Amino acid sequence: MKKFLAMLLAVVMTMGLVACGGNNQGKSPSDGGSQPSGSGAATIKIGGVGPLTGGAAIYGNAAKGGAEIAAEEINALGGLQIDLRYEDDAHDPEKSVNAYNTLKDWGMQVFLGSVTSGPGAATAAESNADHMFYLTPSASSTDVIGGVANPLTGTVDINRRDNVFQMCFVDPNQGSASAQYIKDNGLGSKIAVIYKNDDIYSTGIYNSFAAKAAELGLEIVSTTTFTTDSQTDFSVQIADAKNNGADLVYLPTYYEANALILTQANAAGYNPKYFGVDGMDGILSVKGFDTSLAEGVMLLTPFNADAEDEATKSFVKKYQEKYGDIPNQFAADAYDCVYAIYNALQGEVVSADTSASDLCDILIDNFTTMTFDGLTGESMTWADTGAVSKTPKGMYIQDGAYVGMD
Amino acid sequence: MLIFLNHLINGISLGSVYAIIALGYTMVYGIAKMLNFAHGDVIMVGAYICFFAVSSFSLPPLVGVLLAMVVCTALGIVIERLAYKPLRQATSLAVLITAIGVSYFLQNGAQLLWSSNIKMFPSLFSNAPIALFGGELKITMAAIATVLACVVIMLVLTWFTGRTKMGKAMRACSEDKAAAQLMGINVNATISMTFAIGSALAAIAGVLFCSAYPNLTPTTGTMPGIKAFTAAVFGGIGSIPGALLGGVLLGMIEIFASAYISTQLSNAIVFAVLIVVLLVRPTGLLGKQVREKV
Amino acid sequence: MKKIHLNKASRVNYATYGMVIAAYLVLQLLGNMGMLSSTMRGQLVPICAYVAMALSLNLTVGVLGDLSLGHGGFMSVGAFAGAVAAAVLPIGSDGLRLACAMLTGALFAALVGVLVGIPVLRLNGDYLAIVTLAFGQIIKSIVENLYIGMDSKGLHADFLNNTMALGEGGRMILNGPMGINGIQKISSFTAGFILVMLILVVIFHLVGSRAGRAIMALRDNRIAAESVGIPVTKYKLMAFVISAAMAGAAGTLFALGQNTITANKFDFNTSILILVFVVLGGQGKMWGSILAATFLTVLPETPAMRGLADYRMLVYAVVMILVMLATNSPAVQDFVNARFRKKKKKEGVGQ
Repeated sequence: MKKFLAMLLAVVMTMGLVACGGNNQGKSPSDGGSQPSGSGAATIKIGGVGPLTGGAAIYGNAAKGGAEIAAEEINALGGLQIDLRYEDDAHDPEKSVNAYNTLKDWGMQVFLGSVTSGPGAATAAESNADHMFYLTPSASSTDVIGGVANPLTGTVDINRRDNVFQMCFVDPNQGSASAQYIKDNGLGSKIAVIYKNDDIYSTGIYNSFAAKAAELGLEIVSTTTFTTDSQTDFSVQIADAKNNGADLVYLPTYYEANALILTQANAAGYNPKYFGVDGMDGILSVKGFDTSLAEGVMLLTPFNADAEDEATKSFVKKYQEKYGDIPNQFAADAYDCVYAIYNALQGEVVSADTSASDLCDILIDNFTTMTFDGLTGESMTWADTGAVSKTPKGMYIQDGAYVGMD
Repeated sequence: MLIFLNHLINGISLGSVYAIIALGYTMVYGIAKMLNFAHGDVIMVGAYICFFAVSSFSLPPLVGVLLAMVVCTALGIVIERLAYKPLRQATSLAVLITAIGVSYFLQNGAQLLWSSNIKMFPSLFSNAPIALFGGELKITMAAIATVLACVVIMLVLTWFTGRTKMGKAMRACSEDKAAAQLMGINVNATISMTFAIGSALAAIAGVLFCSAYPNLTPTTGTMPGIKAFTAAVFGGIGSIPGALLGGVLLGMIEIFASAYISTQLSNAIVFAVLIVVLLVRPTGLLGKQVREKV
Repeated sequence: MKKIHLNKASRVNYATYGMVIAAYLVLQLLGNMGMLSSTMRGQLVPICAYVAMALSLNLTVGVLGDLSLGHGGFMSVGAFAGAVAAAVLPIGSDGLRLACAMLTGALFAALVGVLVGIPVLRLNGDYLAIVTLAFGQIIKSIVENLYIGMDSKGLHADFLNNTMALGEGGRMILNGPMGINGIQKISSFTAGFILVMLILVVIFHLVGSRAGRAIMALRDNRIAAESVGIPVTKYKLMAFVISAAMAGAAGTLFALGQNTITANKFDFNTSILILVFVVLGGQGKMWGSILAATFLTVLPETPAMRGLADYRMLVYAVVMILVMLATNSPAVQDFVNARFRKKKKKEGVGQ
């Protein structure tokens, strides 16, 4: 009896799988509620993947929110319509590829990439094999675009993927730009670094920072790490920086860890200068965070939710109305991604039937030639390396708000 | 020397947080003989309840803690009734897997209810740390409160299981369920009671954990849960003083390993020490050596 | 009609082989006809890897009777050793290279299995479980800090900090916490099928053999088994190491079907996930592990589940709890027994 049941189950499941394969073309509901409204206008399907659940959900949901707002705005214009769908990867490369395949089955024509770097490298390889255009808001590792030399060994471990572009700074640029900035402005004589050892983003920035700092003769007196499993107690890292007399702590890490580091350092009576990268952005909007602790924190960020320009104000307002939180740079980057694709398709003849591969060719051509103004930078351009060229804004925090350093 | 003392204090304060979670683990394991992997997530729920009570409704911290305890106790009872009680006769592995299911459920439920955005837990204690040696050595109030709470809870639990009728019933169930039943003990009710107490402890642990390390997200409970489980085994699972000892030692090893060996390998070192201890004392530091009967 | 007399165990074994072969043929056919979705095609290799993992863990948990919470560690060792081997081995044929890589993965995992097994198997029950968990964490930490690169002079390795100076034409293979990137995907569904079949053959032969009976005797009553002269350590270690080697091969299969692998992929959660497959499918029941691993791997990716959007993982958790309740609750078992008892009795008389 049991065997019979087992066999029956196996058969039913196999059939179920086939059924899944057969009838999901275009039937699945759009995740975001950004259904095309215009009639007659061409609609293209844009998909994105990010961690919507699990420990990294904060980044995925922010990117999804930002992209949805952009899609709604574009659809309201009545021209080219965007059907946007986001799928969850729980910050796992394997699930990210599954999510990418789900989107392919749905009929995705342009891919907004993965939100985080590890999964981003996996989907970048998949999309490269499919020749699907890939513009990631925030997967900043060099492994995503490929073709960049490893700062430690000088070797190119991944070949350039010609379909992949980034909206965010690529990690090594941030690391070396930070070192340069610290040197040029004489921000610190003794530097401590605390980075997240098991995170591609953090390690990538640290490696290039360390290489550049050595080149510039900056003195790094303390280098300590933490991992996902140990990001509760930073007393050792803080004590090491303090005891080595560091007057500047460089934090190439995300703001949720930074908020803890700042709080714990303050409790330990250690108040150095802090220098962060774009991952630091968002620290001011953490609910319950004592922003006075972040007073004087410097960071390089492309986006500033407190900026006074109309575009940012309108975006922040819409985001808050819809999701109740202040958008971080992930949201802004994703918002820019959708607009950049929209701009690049202006004047092109595209429709729901244009193949992903043809769209990819069009978009590669236009991205390497166009200039784009967005929330995260003005006059952005892309080289055929896939990396964006925009100026990081040096900011510091004063009275709980960002102020430009220059 | 000061640096060493500083690390020691940090180690004890981290360790006492582990200990307080481990007490809940060990309590439930001792009586129900199940590894309740959802314990860490009940901690997270407790912390969220207290967070909203204090920051959104501006209730006094003590009320927040009590509210968290009430909600977590109710949650613990509901989970026990729905997910664990039907499996009373099943293998312990089946219950373990169900507990993992409950853990996923709580995490994802929390994310839907409270979003994945991080919240900074308000400091319930005075911010000014106690300074010794002219400010060279600082002890936060949260650390002191955690250590005190830990010791108090351990003493109360020891008294409860040793002296009260209910506590004795619990111990009887832990020794031999069938014999306990024959003596007229309501085994089912006793186990449910254990879960209620364990969950109330989880609420306190959640509040104290987040006071010391204020990052609050739906996955906040996971890693401390695993570490506390390790601590409970370290001290001898089922033993109440063992949980305290195991927790504090684990915290100290973690801090010293990262301070004096490598921050990259601190986790590996913690677990390596655990393995060595278990090889020397196969039932943990204070665990009972049970003779096998043929 | 003449009946071929097989005992119950053999019949279950042949039915299991049949089930795997049938599933393979059907899926392969559908794949060739282009009727499988991209999602499904992308999942074929991971499904095989998870099935192999579940079978391997079932040997430890179901047959040997020891709870392991660190099986992901062996998968990790196999994945990284195999992926490095595949990147290094100068073999043209993908199939042969995959086979060699899997063998390397299995060997390394078996080696770690011996190292872990000798101390671990002296412990019992939950203490054994926590030590396997600890080993899983240690393996993860070690892989996370390991750097392997290759240039014209051969392989280079470094620990904790990458200080390698790779010459011209060199490249990093394993890049510490960033793992291995740009893996050439040489795993195929057929390779996965062959691995699963091989593992089944090994397990069924082991269980049916003298050694297998000794192992199960140890599981059922260690003291009694010892008293009749069964060497505990030998047989326990044997089962444990075979299980580790299988997990290593499964890890290689998995890794070479991915573009990128990192050490935290094989963490505590993965170990737990595989344990869920085993318990859900039934301890000692290989067909159960196969079905449970397939079902739980496919479930979250089905369009129906994806359509739930934010509620997807919540529903997944509920399904998991309900299935455990349904398969283990006495109320349900009574119902099943009442329904089928008649038939069972007849079978009993027949034998």
